[in-house]
Amino acid sequence: MLTDVFDILRDNWLLLLVGQFPNGPLGGIACTLILSVLGIVLAFPLSVALALARLSPWRLLNWPATALVYIARGVPLLMIILWVYFLVPLLIGHNVSGFVTMLCTLVLYEGAYLAEVVRAGIEALPNGQMEAARALGHSHLGAMRLVILPQALFNMLPSMLSQFVSTIKETTLGYVINVPELTFAANQINNQLLTKPFQVFFILAIIYFVVCWSLTRAATALERRIAARRAGLAGAKPGKPAPLAVQPLSAEP
Amino acid sequence: MKGFDLMAILLNPEFRSMLVHGLQVTLTIAACSWLLAMALAVVLLVIRLSPSRITERVVAGYVSYHQNVPTLVQLMLWYFGISSLLPGALQGWLGEHSGEALFAIIGLGLCQAAYFSEDLRSGLRSIPAGQAEAARALGHSYIGSMRHVLMPQAVRNALPALVNHSVSLFKNSSLAMAIGAAELTHAVKEVENQSFRAFESYLLATMLYLVFSLLIMAVGAWLGQRTRVATAR
Repeated sequence: MLTDVFDILRDNWLLLLVGQFPNGPLGGIACTLILSVLGIVLAFPLSVALALARLSPWRLLNWPATALVYIARGVPLLMIILWVYFLVPLLIGHNVSGFVTMLCTLVLYEGAYLAEVVRAGIEALPNGQMEAARALGHSHLGAMRLVILPQALFNMLPSMLSQFVSTIKETTLGYVINVPELTFAANQINNQLLTKPFQVFFILAIIYFVVCWSLTRAATALERRIAARRAGLAGAKPGKPAPLAVQPLSAEP
Repeated sequence: MKGFDLMAILLNPEFRSMLVHGLQVTLTIAACSWLLAMALAVVLLVIRLSPSRITERVVAGYVSYHQNVPTLVQLMLWYFGISSLLPGALQGWLGEHSGEALFAIIGLGLCQAAYFSEDLRSGLRSIPAGQAEAARALGHSYIGSMRHVLMPQAVRNALPALVNHSVSLFKNSSLAMAIGAAELTHAVKEVENQSFRAFESYLLATMLYLVFSLLIMAVGAWLGQRTRVATAR
């Protein structure tokens, strides 16, 4: 069993890593990672705009943003892929590749999910921040841009990293519309070998586990550092412990 | 492109029965895997609360695997991989008795159990230690204090997360399409192929998914309202 796994890895590592790259489209892990990075980077501005619209008192902004967030939360990603696959060629007039379809889907879907993260981050800040910024003469948007968002986004970094992990997991659905990403590559290998499905999908699961697990650990570590920093900001300066008013008695003789 | 006509699908008995059957399969998969996930989550929670380090590690590994491997890959591993290791007679039986749906239920249930058990655990951890101590001091047994004092509060604290994960379980049931189960998304693709009305069939399916997701969210909000108590802060 284990020798099979190593044999499959030795014969197909290039396919798993970059797909059929020099002779075909970039695929494998490289495609998965590029798709997720582009997805989250492009979703980010959308999510900030959606979050601000969700918090806005104007119904014209608030309602469409709320509707989009609820649709993304209530409809399976697969269904949204079908919609994009069908609508984008109609809107722009020519066919697009599976990669672009998947990217558009991820931007919409992740944009809506990240918007909720951004909104939670903004709402978690004390009201005094906004009030003080307004009292100092900033406009609403100016206060958002210069005072609220920098703090909120910094505090949200761990959540964004875990959203990135979700994005990596969601790129697997690209397999359904023939995006040559990692899951697709594994299925290609499985179709060539035919007799070792367990080994092939076991390898696939392990690769995803290693990538996502390390990113999850990074998110946890980041969360701890940011929490420590915030605790430090609230109390004494970070790094240097505040001098105690009363020196504690030493326990050692 | 034909004009927009929802009735062309709704009034066609063949398309309608395909969609109804798809919805039935989706709801069956979602409900069965939810029950499996909840039952398993409680078992995982109990194991994790036991003082043994080894079992704790095993459960942590289980949770970590299911949270860090994409659900689709887990389903593929079950349907293509693990099913191939089963004895031939069982494989044949599964092939005849819609094994896709069964593996979808197992895969989704085991995956979501990891999320549910984490929700319950963080709900339990957010209860002050004094609650457990007070319950024991009042003469409750360990099990009794869990059942009457700690778990009701833990479930209440965990309710929003449990509802969110229930919605995502319902949404993930669409992944069963990738392993060939005839659920709603699969039925919609079929209807689209036969009717050439992509817009209308997608719209119907989206509405159905949205209605049930919003229903789960509404039930969650209602339960949250009902179980809310004034907590002193």
